[in-house]
Amino acid sequence: MNKQEYTITVYTENQIGLINRIAILFSRRKINIESLNTSPSEVEGIHRFTIVINETEEVVRKLCRQLEKQVEILKAYYNTNEEIIWQELALYKVSTDEIAEKVKVERLLREYGARAVVIRKDYTVFETTGQREETDKLVEVLAPLGLIEFVRSARVAIIKNSKGFHEKLKEFELTEPGEEVVENEYLNDQDKVFSM
Amino acid sequence: MSNTTATPKTATPPKSKAAKKPASVVRELTGSAAVLEAFLEEDVDIIFGYPGGAIMPIYDALYDYRDKLEHILVRHEQGAIHAAQGYARTSGRTGVVFATSGPGATNLVTGLADAMIDSTPVVCITGQVFAHLLGTDAFQETDVINITTPVTKWNYQVTDATEIPAALAKAFYIAASGRPGPVLIDITKNAQVQKFNYEGYTKCEHVRSYRPKPIVRKEYIAKAAELINEAKKPFIVFGQGVILGNAEEEFKAFIEKSGIPAAWTLLGLSALPTDHPLNVGMLGMHGNYGPNVLTNDCDVLIAIGMRFDDRVTGRLDKYAKQARIVHLDIDPAEIDKNVKSTVPVWGDCKETLPLLTELVHRKTHPEWHQRFKDYYKQEQEAVIHDELNPTTDEMTMGEVLKGLNELTGGDAVIVTDVGQHQMVASRYAHFSQSRSNVTSGGLGTMGFGLPAAIGAKYGAPDRTVVAIIGDGGFQMTLQELGTIMQFGAEVKILILNNRFLGMVRQWQQLFNDKRYSFVDITSPDFVTLAKAYHIEGNSISNRKDLNAALKTMLDHKGSYLLEVFTGKENNVFPMVPQGCSVSEIRLK
Repeated sequence: MNKQEYTITVYTENQIGLINRIAILFSRRKINIESLNTSPSEVEGIHRFTIVINETEEVVRKLCRQLEKQVEILKAYYNTNEEIIWQELALYKVSTDEIAEKVKVERLLREYGARAVVIRKDYTVFETTGQREETDKLVEVLAPLGLIEFVRSARVAIIKNSKGFHEKLKEFELTEPGEEVVENEYLNDQDKVFSM
Repeated sequence: MSNTTATPKTATPPKSKAAKKPASVVRELTGSAAVLEAFLEEDVDIIFGYPGGAIMPIYDALYDYRDKLEHILVRHEQGAIHAAQGYARTSGRTGVVFATSGPGATNLVTGLADAMIDSTPVVCITGQVFAHLLGTDAFQETDVINITTPVTKWNYQVTDATEIPAALAKAFYIAASGRPGPVLIDITKNAQVQKFNYEGYTKCEHVRSYRPKPIVRKEYIAKAAELINEAKKPFIVFGQGVILGNAEEEFKAFIEKSGIPAAWTLLGLSALPTDHPLNVGMLGMHGNYGPNVLTNDCDVLIAIGMRFDDRVTGRLDKYAKQARIVHLDIDPAEIDKNVKSTVPVWGDCKETLPLLTELVHRKTHPEWHQRFKDYYKQEQEAVIHDELNPTTDEMTMGEVLKGLNELTGGDAVIVTDVGQHQMVASRYAHFSQSRSNVTSGGLGTMGFGLPAAIGAKYGAPDRTVVAIIGDGGFQMTLQELGTIMQFGAEVKILILNNRFLGMVRQWQQLFNDKRYSFVDITSPDFVTLAKAYHIEGNSISNRKDLNAALKTMLDHKGSYLLEVFTGKENNVFPMVPQGCSVSEIRLK
């Protein structure tokens, strides 16, 4: 089986130390995490990790089982790039003088969908969102113009077929082990169930 | 945040478990007392522990609970957790440990890893420096939560006393439910001394992100039964899941109806009585000949509560490739982890086995059983006969076990350490009831035996507990003789002394051209050592003394240490050499 890029989406409790518990599942198996993002989800009090790795499907499937086994993880699933809509955000800091002299700013903005976030006398910060190739292209254009600083965010992804966490959860329960989805009654009532 | 897909908040919330208690039951308690109140609520009757600076407030509170909670002062924190493991294994309850911060906590790590890999329910409470000192490299501060994360089922740091009842309830629930495992709760000193309004203790029965057991899916049960009913050469391999699920009777009913031969993993040992006609022996590297060879000949392999450890499977790409596999396990992560299953049967085998029993046909498979008997005969002639009835001058470990079986009738709890004696004891010890075999299987922790035997005795006070330990492993935790001396746990210590680190020596002999690199280990005079701890003992090296010495050990009122010198360079056979398939098992 060939390795390819997989995006793992993990729904978790918001708990200190959980990121370590997740990270060591990867490091123990010597799997490099290409990108990791954590954010709130559509359900209050439930966090969502988006993790990108390069692996075979078998490894990813086993990893997701190990992830779900953790007490504070509700659900983990994996998707190929075709199954998700994903974006990364990038920021570019360049000298304002250079830009003003050598490049038509408007053209740059149009061509790469870039947006000026800050324009100061000494430097300008552009921002783009897109996929890896798109954000990389702008680096190529700006590099000869004295790119002072570049940073790219982790991937955030939406699963194309999902109908949100609740629906996806039910769907998983049909083919995966698990109790009936009765637990969902608790999902929006964190304070009323046993939880810390 | 979009809320369109979320369940709308209901007007009538589910029954609130955190309902306020009437004021009359609210009382002021310290965090430390709340820990001990939680223990009482969870029916804890014994704690294995060792005090220290950061856990002193809890020990101070314990002074008031002396009549309700027994505390066994061990000699090293590793001893505490192994004792708690031994207690859990024989009693089926959760073992409880106290240790202080820093070195006290780090000394638990081996035991946590052991309990994690062998699915033993343990709750450890560690003291921690004051919350305001966290991260300042304070005296005896160590980041125990991060150190223990990979070796705990769950861990949590408490920095406020009000969290204690809920944290402990969750700890006990998680440790014992589903696939059991160790839980560590780290409590900062300020939380231990802090007073708060204690509103009583509510047992935890639900954690929303935690599903202890998967729902049983009947369609898979039906498919599994179909495969089993079609099978001409079905074979059962079972592990500790049968014991952890208290499913011994359900298991017996299943094999007796289906008539399928059953072999056990190291940790499944004692779930099925040794003399049960369908018990065909042990799996794995030093297991029996038939079960290993016929794994690669059966047509349906039914794995029950076991995880296809590499010591069981040998070379994986040549493991049971001809067979269709039915795998029953409570932990979904175990299904397809090492061996791909044809039919996965998720669930607690206490629930799945009766469903399966109902659907399987009553059969006896006489010809198939005969194959196991034939292989056993070969093994008997090549290995077992000489191991149990040696003609050599030096004693064998096997004959010691044979003598022990005759005296205990298979009723004793056998605790083993790790190494050759462990394999010999597992192969030859007789068991008449479940929860009688306590050993460190997955982690292979030398030094496990003595402290685990102490705990095993507290877990099964009415039973004879024999700790079979090698001369190497005994020296790793022999300080726990002090615990026996002080608290009187009646443990029969049987040291099988071959004056070598025998298992490593055996490998060096077979695979490293007899280059015996640092396996020659000397020992103190164990009997004199025991005497220093006021434990009676004896040491023998002649066969003629064996039975009398064993009898004296068992009849003695109190703990006893018997050292038996066995052949220096005896090997454990059969053996599946590393990197070989189970069917390439060697008889010599």
